[in-house]
Amino acid sequence: MNKLICIECPVGCELSVDVADGKMVSVAGNQCPRGVAYARVEIESPLRYFTGTVAARGLEFAMLPVRTSTPIPRSRIMEAAAAARAMSVAKPVACGEILVKGFLGLTVDLIATRDCPPKTL
Amino acid sequence: MKQRELIVIGGGPAGMAAALSARNSGVKDILLLERDQYLGGILNQCVHTGFGLQYFKEQLTGPEYAVRFSRETVKTKGIEVSLRTFAVKLTPAKEVTYLKPDKLETVRAKAIIMATGCRERTREMVHLSGTRPAGVFSAGLAQKLINIEGFLPGKAVVIVGSGDIGLIMARRFILEGAQVKAIIEARASSRGLVRNMVQCVRDFDIPVHYLHRIARINGRDRVESVDVVKTDETGRAVEGSSFNLACDTVLMSVGLVPENELLEMAGAKLDPVTNAVAAAAPFATSLPGIFACGNAFKVYDVVDSVTRDSDSCGLMAAKYLGKA
Repeated sequence: MNKLICIECPVGCELSVDVADGKMVSVAGNQCPRGVAYARVEIESPLRYFTGTVAARGLEFAMLPVRTSTPIPRSRIMEAAAAARAMSVAKPVACGEILVKGFLGLTVDLIATRDCPPKTL
Repeated sequence: MKQRELIVIGGGPAGMAAALSARNSGVKDILLLERDQYLGGILNQCVHTGFGLQYFKEQLTGPEYAVRFSRETVKTKGIEVSLRTFAVKLTPAKEVTYLKPDKLETVRAKAIIMATGCRERTREMVHLSGTRPAGVFSAGLAQKLINIEGFLPGKAVVIVGSGDIGLIMARRFILEGAQVKAIIEARASSRGLVRNMVQCVRDFDIPVHYLHRIARINGRDRVESVDVVKTDETGRAVEGSSFNLACDTVLMSVGLVPENELLEMAGAKLDPVTNAVAAAAPFATSLPGIFACGNAFKVYDVVDSVTRDSDSCGLMAAKYLGKA
Protein backbone atom coordinates (compact mmCIF):
# COMPACT_ATOMS: atom_id res chain seq x y z
CA MET A 1 0.00 0.00 0.00
CA ASN A 2 1.46 3.36 -1.05
CA LYS A 3 0.34 6.62 0.55
CA LEU A 4 0.16 9.60 -1.77
CA ILE A 5 -1.18 13.10 -1.49
CA CYS A 6 -3.01 14.20 -4.62
CA ILE A 7 -1.68 17.56 -5.86
CA GLU A 8 -4.13 18.09 -8.71
CA CYS A 9 -5.82 20.86 -6.73
CA PRO A 10 -5.37 22.57 -3.35
CA VAL A 11 -7.66 20.07 -1.53
CA GLY A 12 -4.81 17.53 -1.28
CA CYS A 13 -6.72 14.23 -0.90
CA GLU A 14 -4.78 11.47 0.89
CA LEU A 15 -4.72 8.52 -1.46
CA SER A 16 -4.03 4.89 -0.57
CA VAL A 17 -2.78 3.09 -3.65
CA ASP A 18 -2.41 -0.67 -4.14
CA VAL A 19 0.62 -1.36 -6.29
CA ALA A 20 1.83 -4.57 -7.93
CA ASP A 21 4.94 -4.81 -10.13
CA GLY A 22 5.21 -1.02 -10.33
CA LYS A 23 1.62 -0.77 -11.63
CA MET A 24 -1.40 0.67 -9.84
CA VAL A 25 -4.06 -1.88 -8.95
CA SER A 26 -6.55 0.30 -7.05
CA VAL A 27 -6.84 3.64 -5.28
CA ALA A 28 -8.94 4.91 -2.36
CA GLY A 29 -9.34 8.28 -0.66
CA ASN A 30 -9.83 10.45 -3.76
CA GLN A 31 -12.76 12.89 -3.86
CA CYS A 32 -12.83 13.17 -7.65
CA PRO A 33 -11.75 11.22 -10.76
CA ARG A 34 -8.61 13.32 -11.16
CA GLY A 35 -7.26 11.48 -8.11
CA VAL A 36 -7.33 8.15 -9.96
CA ALA A 37 -5.40 9.49 -12.93
CA TYR A 38 -2.99 11.30 -10.65
CA ALA A 39 -2.24 8.18 -8.59
CA ARG A 40 -1.60 6.06 -11.69
CA VAL A 41 0.84 8.54 -13.20
CA GLU A 42 2.50 9.33 -9.86
CA ILE A 43 3.15 5.62 -9.20
CA GLU A 44 3.98 4.50 -12.72
CA SER A 45 5.84 7.53 -14.18
CA PRO A 46 5.63 10.78 -12.18
CA LEU A 47 5.21 13.98 -14.22
CA ARG A 48 5.85 17.61 -13.30
CA TYR A 49 5.55 20.93 -15.06
CA PHE A 50 8.92 22.59 -15.47
CA THR A 51 8.69 26.32 -14.75
CA GLY A 52 11.52 28.82 -14.66
CA THR A 53 12.98 31.80 -16.45
CA VAL A 54 15.27 32.44 -19.39
CA ALA A 55 17.43 35.53 -19.85
CA ALA A 56 15.96 38.25 -22.07
CA ARG A 57 18.40 40.52 -23.89
CA GLY A 58 17.53 44.09 -24.87
CA LEU A 59 13.86 43.62 -23.98
CA GLU A 60 11.50 45.17 -21.42
CA PHE A 61 12.32 42.55 -18.76
CA ALA A 62 15.64 41.02 -17.74
CA MET A 63 14.02 37.61 -17.39
CA LEU A 64 11.25 35.92 -19.36
CA PRO A 65 9.19 33.39 -17.36
CA VAL A 66 8.70 30.04 -19.13
CA ARG A 67 7.08 26.64 -18.64
CA THR A 68 6.66 23.37 -20.45
CA SER A 69 3.39 23.16 -22.39
CA THR A 70 2.50 19.94 -20.52
CA PRO A 71 4.14 18.09 -17.61
CA ILE A 72 7.37 16.21 -18.29
CA PRO A 73 8.92 13.20 -16.52
CA ARG A 74 10.06 14.24 -13.06
CA SER A 75 13.44 12.67 -13.78
CA ARG A 76 14.06 15.29 -16.52
CA ILE A 77 13.38 18.40 -14.41
CA MET A 78 17.02 19.21 -13.57
CA GLU A 79 17.96 18.80 -17.22
CA ALA A 80 15.13 21.17 -18.19
CA ALA A 81 16.40 23.73 -15.67
CA ALA A 82 19.95 23.52 -17.05
CA ALA A 83 18.64 23.97 -20.61
CA ALA A 84 16.61 27.05 -19.59
CA ARG A 85 19.65 28.56 -17.82
CA ALA A 86 21.70 28.17 -20.98
CA MET A 87 19.07 29.92 -23.15
CA SER A 88 18.29 33.53 -23.92
CA VAL A 89 15.75 35.41 -26.03
CA ALA A 90 16.49 38.64 -27.92
CA LYS A 91 13.22 39.15 -29.83
CA PRO A 92 9.94 40.30 -28.27
CA VAL A 93 7.61 37.40 -27.44
CA ALA A 94 3.96 37.06 -26.46
CA CYS A 95 2.59 35.01 -23.60
CA GLY A 96 1.96 31.47 -24.88
CA GLU A 97 4.48 31.69 -27.73
CA ILE A 98 6.59 28.58 -28.33
CA LEU A 99 10.30 29.16 -27.62
CA VAL A 100 11.52 25.58 -28.15
CA LYS A 101 9.53 22.97 -30.03
CA GLY A 102 10.22 19.42 -28.85
CA PHE A 103 11.98 20.62 -25.69
CA LEU A 104 14.63 18.08 -24.51
CA GLY A 105 13.56 15.82 -27.38
CA LEU A 106 10.16 15.30 -25.72
CA THR A 107 6.79 15.89 -27.38
CA VAL A 108 6.52 19.02 -25.25
CA ASP A 109 7.22 22.68 -26.03
CA LEU A 110 8.88 25.32 -23.89
CA ILE A 111 6.55 28.33 -23.91
CA ALA A 112 6.72 31.94 -22.73
CA THR A 113 4.33 32.75 -19.88
CA ARG A 114 4.45 36.53 -20.09
CA ASP A 115 4.37 39.15 -22.84
CA CYS A 116 7.90 40.49 -23.20
CA PRO A 117 7.77 43.62 -25.40
CA PRO A 118 10.69 45.70 -26.70
CA LYS A 119 12.36 47.93 -24.15
CA THR A 120 10.28 51.06 -23.44
CA LEU A 121 12.30 53.08 -20.93
CA MET B 1 -10.28 68.76 -6.06
CA LYS B 2 -10.98 66.17 -8.75
CA GLN B 3 -13.86 63.78 -8.14
CA ARG B 4 -14.05 60.12 -9.16
CA GLU B 5 -16.80 57.60 -8.69
CA LEU B 6 -14.52 54.76 -7.51
CA ILE B 7 -10.81 54.55 -6.76
CA VAL B 8 -9.19 51.11 -6.50
CA ILE B 9 -5.76 51.10 -4.83
CA GLY B 10 -3.60 48.20 -6.01
CA GLY B 11 -3.37 46.58 -9.48
CA GLY B 12 -2.76 42.97 -8.46
CA PRO B 13 -5.31 40.18 -8.82
CA ALA B 14 -7.61 41.66 -6.14
CA GLY B 15 -7.63 45.20 -7.52
CA MET B 16 -8.13 44.10 -11.13
CA ALA B 17 -10.99 41.71 -10.26
CA ALA B 18 -12.67 44.34 -8.08
CA ALA B 19 -12.36 47.07 -10.74
CA LEU B 20 -13.68 44.79 -13.50
CA SER B 21 -16.58 43.60 -11.38
CA ALA B 22 -17.53 47.15 -10.34
CA ARG B 23 -17.39 48.19 -14.00
CA ASN B 24 -19.57 45.26 -15.06
CA SER B 25 -22.03 46.22 -12.33
CA GLY B 26 -22.50 49.71 -13.78
CA VAL B 27 -19.78 51.88 -12.23
CA LYS B 28 -18.56 54.04 -15.10
CA ASP B 29 -15.71 56.11 -13.68
CA ILE B 30 -12.99 54.01 -12.03
CA LEU B 31 -9.40 55.00 -11.30
CA LEU B 32 -7.04 52.09 -10.62
CA LEU B 33 -3.75 53.01 -8.94
CA GLU B 34 -0.71 50.70 -9.21
CA ARG B 35 2.71 51.53 -7.80
CA ASP B 36 4.65 49.21 -10.13
CA GLN B 37 5.21 49.77 -13.86
CA TYR B 38 2.94 46.82 -14.68
CA LEU B 39 -0.37 45.40 -13.59
CA GLY B 40 -0.38 41.95 -11.97
CA GLY B 41 1.19 42.54 -8.59
CA ILE B 42 3.01 39.61 -7.03
CA LEU B 43 1.72 37.20 -9.71
CA ASN B 44 4.38 38.47 -12.10
CA GLN B 45 7.15 36.95 -10.01
CA CYS B 46 5.27 33.70 -9.25
CA VAL B 47 6.49 31.85 -12.34
CA HIS B 48 5.42 28.43 -10.99
CA THR B 49 2.13 26.69 -11.82
CA GLY B 50 -0.80 26.16 -9.50
CA PHE B 51 -2.86 29.20 -10.41
CA GLY B 52 -6.29 29.11 -12.04
CA LEU B 53 -7.31 25.52 -11.21
CA GLN B 54 -10.52 26.64 -9.53
CA TYR B 55 -11.33 29.85 -11.40
CA PHE B 56 -10.34 28.86 -14.95
CA LYS B 57 -10.17 25.03 -14.49
CA GLU B 58 -6.71 25.28 -16.00
CA GLN B 59 -3.17 24.95 -14.71
CA LEU B 60 -1.56 28.38 -15.12
CA THR B 61 1.53 30.19 -13.90
CA GLY B 62 1.26 33.52 -12.07
CA PRO B 63 2.08 35.74 -15.09
CA GLU B 64 -0.42 33.80 -17.25
CA TYR B 65 -3.13 34.25 -14.62
CA ALA B 66 -2.33 37.95 -14.34
CA VAL B 67 -2.42 38.65 -18.07
CA ARG B 68 -5.98 37.34 -18.40
CA PHE B 69 -7.07 40.18 -16.14
CA SER B 70 -4.59 42.88 -17.13
CA ARG B 71 -5.50 42.70 -20.85
CA GLU B 72 -9.18 42.99 -19.92
CA THR B 73 -8.52 45.81 -17.45
CA VAL B 74 -6.55 48.04 -19.82
CA LYS B 75 -9.05 47.69 -22.66
CA THR B 76 -12.14 48.33 -20.52
CA LYS B 77 -13.60 51.80 -21.09
CA GLY B 78 -14.43 53.35 -17.76
CA ILE B 79 -11.36 51.99 -15.99
CA GLU B 80 -8.39 54.35 -16.04
CA VAL B 81 -5.17 52.61 -15.03
CA SER B 82 -2.49 54.79 -13.47
CA LEU B 83 0.88 52.99 -13.21
CA ARG B 84 3.92 54.07 -11.19
CA THR B 85 1.43 55.67 -8.84
CA PHE B 86 1.89 55.36 -5.11
CA ALA B 87 -0.94 56.24 -2.73
CA VAL B 88 0.46 58.10 0.27
CA LYS B 89 -2.63 59.30 2.12
CA LEU B 90 -6.21 58.23 2.73
CA THR B 91 -8.84 60.12 4.71
CA PRO B 92 -12.23 58.93 6.04
CA ALA B 93 -13.77 61.56 3.72
CA LYS B 94 -12.55 59.26 0.90
CA GLU B 95 -9.77 61.51 -0.34
CA VAL B 96 -6.74 59.74 -1.76
CA THR B 97 -3.41 61.48 -2.23
CA TYR B 98 -0.95 59.80 -4.57
CA LEU B 99 2.45 60.36 -6.08
CA LYS B 100 3.11 59.64 -9.73
CA PRO B 101 5.94 60.76 -11.99
CA ASP B 102 6.03 64.57 -11.82
CA LYS B 103 2.80 64.81 -9.84
CA LEU B 104 1.27 64.81 -6.38
CA GLU B 105 -2.52 64.73 -6.61
CA THR B 106 -5.46 64.47 -4.26
CA VAL B 107 -8.72 63.07 -5.56
CA ARG B 108 -12.03 62.58 -3.78
CA ALA B 109 -13.99 59.42 -4.55
CA LYS B 110 -17.52 58.33 -3.77
CA ALA B 111 -16.17 54.88 -2.92
CA ILE B 112 -12.74 53.34 -2.46
CA ILE B 113 -11.52 49.74 -2.68
CA MET B 114 -8.26 48.93 -0.94
CA ALA B 115 -6.44 46.07 -2.69
CA THR B 116 -2.96 46.73 -1.35
CA GLY B 117 -1.91 43.15 -0.61
CA CYS B 118 0.60 41.99 1.97
CA ARG B 119 4.15 42.41 3.14
CA GLU B 120 6.34 39.54 4.27
CA ARG B 121 7.21 39.15 7.93
CA THR B 122 10.86 39.91 8.52
CA ARG B 123 13.74 38.58 10.58
CA GLU B 124 13.07 41.36 13.10
CA MET B 125 9.45 40.29 13.55
CA VAL B 126 10.41 36.76 14.58
CA HIS B 127 13.35 37.86 16.75
CA LEU B 128 16.11 35.89 15.03
CA SER B 129 19.29 36.47 16.98
CA GLY B 130 22.92 36.50 15.88
CA THR B 131 24.99 38.81 13.76
CA ARG B 132 23.59 41.03 11.02
CA PRO B 133 25.45 40.02 7.87
CA ALA B 134 24.34 40.29 4.26
CA GLY B 135 22.51 37.22 2.95
CA VAL B 136 19.28 37.29 4.97
CA PHE B 137 16.32 37.72 2.61
CA SER B 138 12.59 37.32 2.76
CA ALA B 139 11.54 34.49 0.45
CA GLY B 140 9.53 36.81 -1.78
CA LEU B 141 12.45 39.18 -2.20
CA ALA B 142 14.66 36.26 -3.28
CA GLN B 143 11.89 35.28 -5.69
CA LYS B 144 11.91 38.77 -7.20
CA LEU B 145 15.71 38.79 -7.47
CA ILE B 146 15.78 35.45 -9.30
CA ASN B 147 12.64 35.59 -11.44
CA ILE B 148 12.50 39.29 -12.31
CA GLU B 149 16.06 40.58 -11.97
CA GLY B 150 17.86 37.37 -12.96
CA PHE B 151 20.17 37.48 -9.97
CA LEU B 152 20.83 34.42 -7.79
CA PRO B 153 21.30 35.77 -4.26
CA GLY B 154 23.12 32.74 -2.80
CA LYS B 155 24.53 29.26 -3.34
CA ALA B 156 23.79 27.46 -0.07
CA VAL B 157 20.45 28.26 1.49
CA VAL B 158 18.69 27.60 4.79
CA ILE B 159 15.00 28.41 4.81
CA VAL B 160 13.30 29.56 8.00
CA GLY B 161 9.62 28.62 8.10
CA SER B 162 7.65 26.46 5.72
CA GLY B 163 5.27 28.99 4.21
CA ASP B 164 4.39 28.46 0.55
CA ILE B 165 6.79 31.07 -0.81
CA GLY B 166 9.62 29.42 1.12
CA LEU B 167 8.78 25.99 -0.31
CA ILE B 168 8.46 27.36 -3.84
CA MET B 169 11.82 29.10 -3.43
CA ALA B 170 13.48 25.92 -2.14
CA ARG B 171 12.78 24.33 -5.51
CA ARG B 172 13.64 27.50 -7.40
CA PHE B 173 17.10 27.74 -5.81
CA ILE B 174 17.77 24.07 -6.63
CA LEU B 175 16.69 24.55 -10.26
CA GLU B 176 19.09 27.50 -10.47
CA GLY B 177 21.95 25.27 -9.32
CA ALA B 178 22.10 26.27 -5.64
CA GLN B 179 21.91 23.94 -2.65
CA VAL B 180 19.11 24.01 -0.09
CA LYS B 181 20.55 22.76 3.19
CA ALA B 182 17.33 22.56 5.19
CA ILE B 183 13.96 24.01 6.00
CA ILE B 184 13.60 24.90 9.69
CA GLU B 185 9.99 24.97 10.94
CA ALA B 186 9.05 25.93 14.50
CA ARG B 187 5.74 24.09 14.34
CA ALA B 188 5.12 20.33 14.21
CA SER B 189 3.92 20.37 10.60
CA SER B 190 4.22 22.40 7.40
CA ARG B 191 2.44 25.71 7.02
CA GLY B 192 2.41 25.39 3.24
CA LEU B 193 0.05 23.72 0.78
CA VAL B 194 0.43 19.97 0.41
CA ARG B 195 1.20 20.23 -3.30
CA ASN B 196 4.17 22.45 -2.49
CA MET B 197 5.49 20.00 0.13
CA VAL B 198 5.25 17.25 -2.51
CA GLN B 199 6.70 18.90 -5.59
CA CYS B 200 9.07 21.43 -4.05
CA VAL B 201 10.42 19.58 -1.01
CA ARG B 202 9.96 15.80 -1.29
CA ASP B 203 10.83 15.70 -4.99
CA PHE B 204 14.25 17.16 -4.16
CA ASP B 205 14.82 15.35 -0.83
CA ILE B 206 15.18 18.61 1.10
CA PRO B 207 15.46 17.95 4.86
CA VAL B 208 12.71 19.58 6.93
CA HIS B 209 13.39 20.01 10.65
CA TYR B 210 10.05 20.41 12.43
CA LEU B 211 9.96 21.73 16.02
CA HIS B 212 13.34 23.37 15.43
CA ARG B 213 14.40 26.97 15.29
CA ILE B 214 17.47 29.01 14.44
CA ALA B 215 19.36 29.85 17.63
CA ARG B 216 21.66 32.26 15.85
CA ILE B 217 22.88 33.48 12.50
CA ASN B 218 26.69 33.54 12.20
CA GLY B 219 28.92 35.53 9.88
CA ARG B 220 30.46 38.98 9.82
CA ASP B 221 29.98 40.43 6.33
CA ARG B 222 28.05 37.55 4.78
CA VAL B 223 26.07 34.73 6.38
CA GLU B 224 28.47 31.84 7.11
CA SER B 225 26.30 29.43 9.05
CA VAL B 226 23.29 29.06 11.32
CA ASP B 227 22.96 27.27 14.66
CA VAL B 228 19.79 25.20 14.83
CA VAL B 229 18.15 23.84 18.00
CA LYS B 230 15.28 21.48 18.72
CA THR B 231 12.50 22.98 20.81
CA ASP B 232 10.25 21.43 23.44
CA GLU B 233 6.46 21.88 23.79
CA THR B 234 6.95 25.28 25.44
CA GLY B 235 9.17 26.47 22.60
CA ARG B 236 12.37 26.35 24.69
CA ALA B 237 15.60 24.99 23.23
CA VAL B 238 16.36 21.37 24.15
CA GLU B 239 19.78 21.27 25.77
CA GLY B 240 22.47 19.56 23.72
CA SER B 241 20.33 19.54 20.56
CA SER B 242 22.21 22.33 18.78
CA PHE B 243 23.79 21.71 15.38
CA ASN B 244 25.45 23.99 12.85
CA LEU B 245 24.59 24.31 9.16
CA ALA B 246 27.05 26.04 6.84
CA CYS B 247 25.22 28.36 4.41
CA ASP B 248 25.61 31.76 2.75
CA THR B 249 21.92 32.64 2.63
CA VAL B 250 18.98 32.57 5.03
CA LEU B 251 15.47 32.90 3.60
CA MET B 252 12.62 33.98 5.83
CA SER B 253 9.26 32.40 5.03
CA VAL B 254 7.37 33.13 8.22
CA GLY B 255 4.10 34.61 7.12
CA LEU B 256 2.49 37.68 5.64
CA VAL B 257 1.07 40.87 7.11
CA PRO B 258 -1.69 42.80 5.29
CA GLU B 259 -0.34 46.15 4.13
CA ASN B 260 -2.97 48.38 5.69
CA GLU B 261 -1.11 51.55 6.66
CA LEU B 262 -3.42 53.71 4.55
CA LEU B 263 -6.53 52.28 6.22
CA GLU B 264 -4.88 52.78 9.60
CA MET B 265 -4.11 56.38 8.66
CA ALA B 266 -7.78 56.92 7.80
CA GLY B 267 -8.81 55.49 11.17
CA ALA B 268 -10.27 52.16 10.00
CA LYS B 269 -10.36 49.32 12.53
CA LEU B 270 -7.67 46.68 12.05
CA ASP B 271 -7.08 43.40 13.86
CA PRO B 272 -4.23 44.16 16.28
CA VAL B 273 -2.72 40.67 15.86
CA THR B 274 -2.95 40.04 12.11
CA ASN B 275 -3.24 43.65 10.80
CA ALA B 276 -6.15 42.39 8.64
CA VAL B 277 -9.28 44.51 8.30
CA ALA B 278 -11.62 44.22 11.29
CA ALA B 279 -15.07 44.62 9.79
CA ALA B 280 -18.64 43.61 10.50
CA ALA B 281 -19.09 42.18 7.00
CA PRO B 282 -16.74 40.68 4.42
CA PHE B 283 -14.91 43.27 2.29
CA ALA B 284 -16.31 46.24 4.24
CA THR B 285 -14.17 48.34 6.55
CA SER B 286 -15.32 50.32 9.58
CA LEU B 287 -15.38 53.40 7.29
CA PRO B 288 -18.53 53.77 5.13
CA GLY B 289 -17.78 53.58 1.41
CA ILE B 290 -14.26 52.22 1.90
CA PHE B 291 -13.93 48.53 1.06
CA ALA B 292 -11.02 46.08 1.11
CA CYS B 293 -10.28 42.85 -0.74
CA GLY B 294 -7.51 40.38 -1.45
CA ASN B 295 -4.61 39.96 0.93
CA ALA B 296 -5.25 43.42 2.39
CA PHE B 297 -8.55 42.10 3.72
CA LYS B 298 -7.15 38.76 4.94
CA VAL B 299 -4.26 36.51 3.93
CA TYR B 300 -5.26 33.99 1.24
CA ASP B 301 -3.56 30.74 0.18
CA VAL B 302 -4.87 30.59 -3.39
CA VAL B 303 -5.31 33.45 -5.87
CA ASP B 304 -8.47 31.89 -7.33
CA SER B 305 -10.24 32.66 -4.04
CA VAL B 306 -8.90 36.22 -4.17
CA THR B 307 -10.47 36.71 -7.60
CA ARG B 308 -13.81 35.23 -6.51
CA ASP B 309 -13.98 37.37 -3.36
CA SER B 310 -12.71 40.57 -5.00
CA ASP B 311 -15.45 40.12 -7.56
CA SER B 312 -17.96 40.28 -4.68
CA CYS B 313 -16.15 43.30 -3.27
CA GLY B 314 -16.50 45.15 -6.60
CA LEU B 315 -20.20 44.35 -6.63
CA MET B 316 -20.57 45.62 -3.05
CA ALA B 317 -18.93 48.91 -3.99
CA ALA B 318 -21.23 49.20 -7.02
CA LYS B 319 -24.28 48.66 -4.80
CA TYR B 320 -22.99 51.27 -2.37
CA LEU B 321 -22.79 53.65 -5.34
CA GLY B 322 -26.43 52.91 -6.18
CA LYS B 323 -25.68 50.60 -9.13
CA ALA B 324 -26.31 46.89 -9.61
